[in-house]
Amino acid sequence: MAVGVKVRVWGDYALFSRPEMKVERCSYDVMTPSAARGILEAVYWHPGMKWVIDRIYVVKPIQFTSIRRNEVKSKISANNVLSAYNGALKPLYISSKAEIVQRASLLLCDVEYVIEAHFEMTEQANETDNPGKFKDIIMRRLRRGECYHTPYFGCREFPVNFCLCEEDAIVTAYDGVEEKDLGYMLFDMDYSDRANIQPMFFRAVMKNGVLDLRDCEVIR
Amino acid sequence: MKEAIKNRYEFVILFDVENGNPNGDPDAGNMPRIDPESGFGLVTDVCLKRKIRNYVETVKEDEEGYRIYIREDVPLNRSDSEAFKYLGVDEKSVKELKKKDPGADEKIRDFMCSNFYDIRTFGAVMTTFVKAALNCGQVRGPVQLGFARSIDPIISQEVTITRVAITTEKDAENKSTEMGRKNIVPYAVYRAEGYVSANLARKVTGFSEDDLELLWQAIINMFENDHSAARGKMAVRELIVFKHSKELGDCPAYKLFESVEVTRKEGIQYARKYEDYTVSIHEDRIPDTVEMMRKI
Repeated sequence: MAVGVKVRVWGDYALFSRPEMKVERCSYDVMTPSAARGILEAVYWHPGMKWVIDRIYVVKPIQFTSIRRNEVKSKISANNVLSAYNGALKPLYISSKAEIVQRASLLLCDVEYVIEAHFEMTEQANETDNPGKFKDIIMRRLRRGECYHTPYFGCREFPVNFCLCEEDAIVTAYDGVEEKDLGYMLFDMDYSDRANIQPMFFRAVMKNGVLDLRDCEVIR
Repeated sequence: MKEAIKNRYEFVILFDVENGNPNGDPDAGNMPRIDPESGFGLVTDVCLKRKIRNYVETVKEDEEGYRIYIREDVPLNRSDSEAFKYLGVDEKSVKELKKKDPGADEKIRDFMCSNFYDIRTFGAVMTTFVKAALNCGQVRGPVQLGFARSIDPIISQEVTITRVAITTEKDAENKSTEMGRKNIVPYAVYRAEGYVSANLARKVTGFSEDDLELLWQAIINMFENDHSAARGKMAVRELIVFKHSKELGDCPAYKLFESVEVTRKEGIQYARKYEDYTVSIHEDRIPDTVEMMRKI
């Protein structure tokens, strides 16, 4: 674990959507490993490395709130854009009056976590890349608050504040709770076959406020 | 394409509402949104983005490169052959595109970004031709906005109004007036925070310095063209911009946001005007390399 890092992340709201409830979005109780990976990748990522999440500490109690918003239900159609290429007399826009839909989201509010993670080198690393170099860049960025883009808790409207976590003993809101079973949760997406990206799940059990992801059984 | 921006930015918007409803909650019969636990008022990110889109649409009037993709009403139909000029493609190469050219998605993405201001700014989701062409199906824009929250807890007041004109014949037989309801916030100051990532501007959408100036203009004037019976008096009071010296930024965003402190003046129990608040910027907490600008 020579290249491990701990990052403290906090924010007002979070929404880690459950894939089985995507229309009226509903958040998982805690951050998913894939969301944690996304946060770290927003700070630093390089093709020559990949982040592996080891533990997630749930520092603040789990609380939900609900927000209902007007959304549009369609995506930009690539086919329409292509016909505009051809000079077709098609208007190119989404009318929010015609495409409007009201959806509620069940969000987490006032969240704080500590992400403990390490990175592994991949085959795409250049000759000059080495773990020490990456580690230095990551540490520098975390200390100065630099990032590629502002990380977010599941959706871009819920920005993440982050800083390097230097304490060894992390106090969580569930220190006294021996085991809390959170059921099956999304672990991450499997990108190995680019044409067919598959989700992976795991059985999330929070022990004393910590979600341990090392050697967890992943179900595809 | 113009050159993309080269600095990371953070910004704080302070706006106020007087006797109006800044953002109705569909879950609560269009009452102003309130965080039920703390009583603070909320305005969602998408509400503010809509205002920004509307302003750009009003000012630019479909000028090339500044069109708006997600519109409120049906615009005039216009043909689109700008893509030809932009990409230098002709009929032949378009046909080749259709043969599942792996770069097709990216070309389309660039075309959309160069034409539509809101896609260049906030990003958009697109259907894709090429399966699993991840980058092109989803455009992440450089500008990120959070929810706006009021400085103090708000109260929402229900105002009952009457109308002498009756809608249906049947109602006209047994009543002489119609009753209606309006929900208003007597007064509140809201604070929203936002982020601009130079890296996404450079690598994905090509969001330029001119676009950024237009964004500041749009934020400052977002309520000026948005008056309505429901909205009351709304105005942007402060736009404080932090410009970092480099793409990745110089310091954590939360430290910059914490340097802007908005407090109710002492002795004021019920704030009813903007002068009841003090905005203090603690310049000592801002690193020297970060440039702070008050745009209003």
